[in-house]
Amino acid sequence: MYSFSQNQIETVGFEPKAKIKAEVKNLNFYYGKNKVLKDINLSFAENKVTAIIGPSGCGKSTLLRCMNRIHDLYPDIRYEGEIILYPSGINIVSPEVDPLEMRMRIGMVFQKPTAFPKSIFENIAFGLRLQGERRKNVIEEKVEQALRMAFLWDEVKDRLHKSAYNLSGGQQQRLCIARVLATTPEILLFDEPTSALDPVATAKIEELITFLKEKVTIIIVTHNMQQAARISDYTAFMYLGELIEFNTTKKIFQNPSKKLTEDYITGNFG
Amino acid sequence: MDPAIERTKLSEFWDSEQFIRIKERIIESLLFLAAFFSIIITLGIFGTLVYESLTFFSRVSLITFLTDTLWTPLFYPPRFGILPLVTGTLVTTGIALAIALPIGSIVAIYLSEFAPRAVREFLKPVLELLSAVPTVVYGYFALLFVAPLLQKFIPDLPTFSMLSAGIVMGIMIIPYVSSLSEDAMRAVPMSLRESAYALGANRIITAVKVVYPAALSGIIASYILAVSRALGETMIVAIAAGMQPNLTLDPREPAATITAFIVQVSLGDLPHGSIGYQSIFAAGLTLFLMTLIFNVVGFYLRKRYRETY
Amino acid sequence: MSDFAKIIKKRKREDLIFNIIGISCTLVGIVTLGALIVDLLIDGLPRLDWQFFTSYPSRFPDKAGILSAWVGTLLVMLVTAVTAVPLGVAAGIYLEEYAPKNWLTSLIEINIANLAGVPSIIYGLMALGLLVYQLHLGQSILTGGITLSFLILPIVIVATREALRTIPQGIREAALALGSTNWQVVRYHLLPYSTGGILTGVIIALSRAIGETAPLVTIGALTFIAFLPPSPIQNQPPYVSFDWLWSPFSVLPIQMFNWVSRPDREFAVNAAGAGLALITVTLTLNAAAIYIRYRMRKKITW
Repeated sequence: MYSFSQNQIETVGFEPKAKIKAEVKNLNFYYGKNKVLKDINLSFAENKVTAIIGPSGCGKSTLLRCMNRIHDLYPDIRYEGEIILYPSGINIVSPEVDPLEMRMRIGMVFQKPTAFPKSIFENIAFGLRLQGERRKNVIEEKVEQALRMAFLWDEVKDRLHKSAYNLSGGQQQRLCIARVLATTPEILLFDEPTSALDPVATAKIEELITFLKEKVTIIIVTHNMQQAARISDYTAFMYLGELIEFNTTKKIFQNPSKKLTEDYITGNFG
Repeated sequence: MDPAIERTKLSEFWDSEQFIRIKERIIESLLFLAAFFSIIITLGIFGTLVYESLTFFSRVSLITFLTDTLWTPLFYPPRFGILPLVTGTLVTTGIALAIALPIGSIVAIYLSEFAPRAVREFLKPVLELLSAVPTVVYGYFALLFVAPLLQKFIPDLPTFSMLSAGIVMGIMIIPYVSSLSEDAMRAVPMSLRESAYALGANRIITAVKVVYPAALSGIIASYILAVSRALGETMIVAIAAGMQPNLTLDPREPAATITAFIVQVSLGDLPHGSIGYQSIFAAGLTLFLMTLIFNVVGFYLRKRYRETY
Repeated sequence: MSDFAKIIKKRKREDLIFNIIGISCTLVGIVTLGALIVDLLIDGLPRLDWQFFTSYPSRFPDKAGILSAWVGTLLVMLVTAVTAVPLGVAAGIYLEEYAPKNWLTSLIEINIANLAGVPSIIYGLMALGLLVYQLHLGQSILTGGITLSFLILPIVIVATREALRTIPQGIREAALALGSTNWQVVRYHLLPYSTGGILTGVIIALSRAIGETAPLVTIGALTFIAFLPPSPIQNQPPYVSFDWLWSPFSVLPIQMFNWVSRPDREFAVNAAGAGLALITVTLTLNAAAIYIRYRMRKKITW
């Protein structure tokens, strides 16, 4: 079988002016006694889309969920190593850092559209109110802004106060994106956001992501390689809890350095 | 015929497809009859109540029944106003619900969203034991423990009062609300919660603003169950609230509920066909209609809030 | 960014406050249960002796006992169990495994859900009009047993259905694919696995029936009964008698109700004793059911 050591992980050719938004340093993650993430070293470029791909069970979602400490909801977990957020320099996974604060600064969109049982307006306002915003006019303004940014405003502007469940699956997912955008996060995490959607809705969301990356750093986990090739600037390939290769998307898909990567890309296993 | 041939013909028949098919049909019919029997029970209930009540209403006018303010069917002259029994039922039910619904909901939220698994696995069955206590024992408790306790705080509280009965009834009903509501809340998918937490919500906000509304259909079902239970409760009120019909809304007074009245009359002599005998059916029909209305209301409320996640 | 620090502190405080409120509310129920049991123990335990269990009720509190009451409970439960269990399990099997999705099935299901919410005293009224008088079954153990079995029928049906529902569809399909008939699937593949769940439901249902007072009072169970129904076992052929079914009777909860209703406070001790006996039975049954459910959940994995 394949085996790797730390030295074999390539360094990425970031453009000279690229800024790093977050850096993962020697990250290990444990569920109980299982070491699920092994020695991950990775950097996320600011205002770019980084895709994490790999077969089922490789740990890509697990890595994503470390970024906003959503693992902390469950018992028996442990982080080792660091994830440094720039420019503040905070270590996201430090026990001294409050998960609540991280979640307010880093947003997440899930696989299944998870609209709250509320009106469209209240869904978006939820995050704003959580952050302490009380002023009615500010909330209304930000709600409209968020809906516009999510390409949803025109479709829902007449029914803002109707239930969010009247929307289609694709619209609900864009609602969830708008919901997160309203809180102006520093990083946007997407966990397989289109795997439950039809191709038309998927295309809309991909277009949205490409539009959004200029405003916010995006990390997307996807099991759809073509999607990663389409919309990401950088791609990380993971396998069995380890980071195998990380480089620009162009290099990964056209000329991967590792045989394992090449096998995955060409479909020799999945 | 040769007995050997007869025997084979018989054993062939037992194993034949034809016989097995007949057997299956018979079994299915028997099972169907068992299921259909429940409809017969309902018809029996409905039929008996209506039949005896019709006889009652041929002797007492419906208007008098609904508007008279005294209920004394066994006195002379008898009075047949159901209002005192209705107020007794509604006041005790109201007190019970005022305790069971809030406390039950809070317990459900706590067990579902806050308590660690070990705590929940322990507390849930213990709470369910509350509903394993026979109501006559609760009545004893209400009369001989709770009432004297309340008298220390409320001077002039009589031994029999709707308050002591209502409070004990409420506590008894807590597990009905908490158990079903908690099941409904646990059925809400984890991804919905994670979305709320991912925005920076804490447990209580997620519980109250996201999970509780999402589980509303099941929670309403538990509330309706609690209402039915409280309306139909007999022994606690018969023992602790007294059995004297009393048209009042003051919980500190004793009163009789519809159910307590039926028990009281049944304890005595009930010549079949007498007006006293028929009065309990009229009272029972009133109670049956009250619970029916609540069940129908509940059904529509649940439909409106059906889970769409 | 300590922009958020204030808000985060507030959020944590909110969670803490609710933790306290939640535990307190849960304790309300548990403390009440504890107080009730302790109260019964203090008042009733001294009264529980051999004499108490083997005497009939009497005008004198210290001579009164629960013999006729617990014998009555036993016999009535016998009728209830024999009636409700086959009927309820059969209905549950039909609804879960056989019933087609048509209006009749929906009607039956709505009906059962409705019956579960009908107050117990209404069942007593129905039994009084229908069983006691129309069908001339009299104010007997038979009537009492049947009344209670109607009362707990929805519980048994629901328990059976839930138990059957936990069995994965794959087992049914595999058995049918091998050529089993519907009944063979039920009898040899489903019932063995669901017995635990059905048993749990039956135990809880019977425990509920044991504690019921109102319907039996309504059909005319006696509150003062100084004799025992004729024994089911005779010492002459045919050695089994059904006379006891037609006998008047009392049950333990009614006896307790009678004693607690007396103004004479000395009877309150008797009531406590009867209550203690009653609660021991119901709590034990419920605990047994919970325990069975717990063991089942650990053992069976698909």
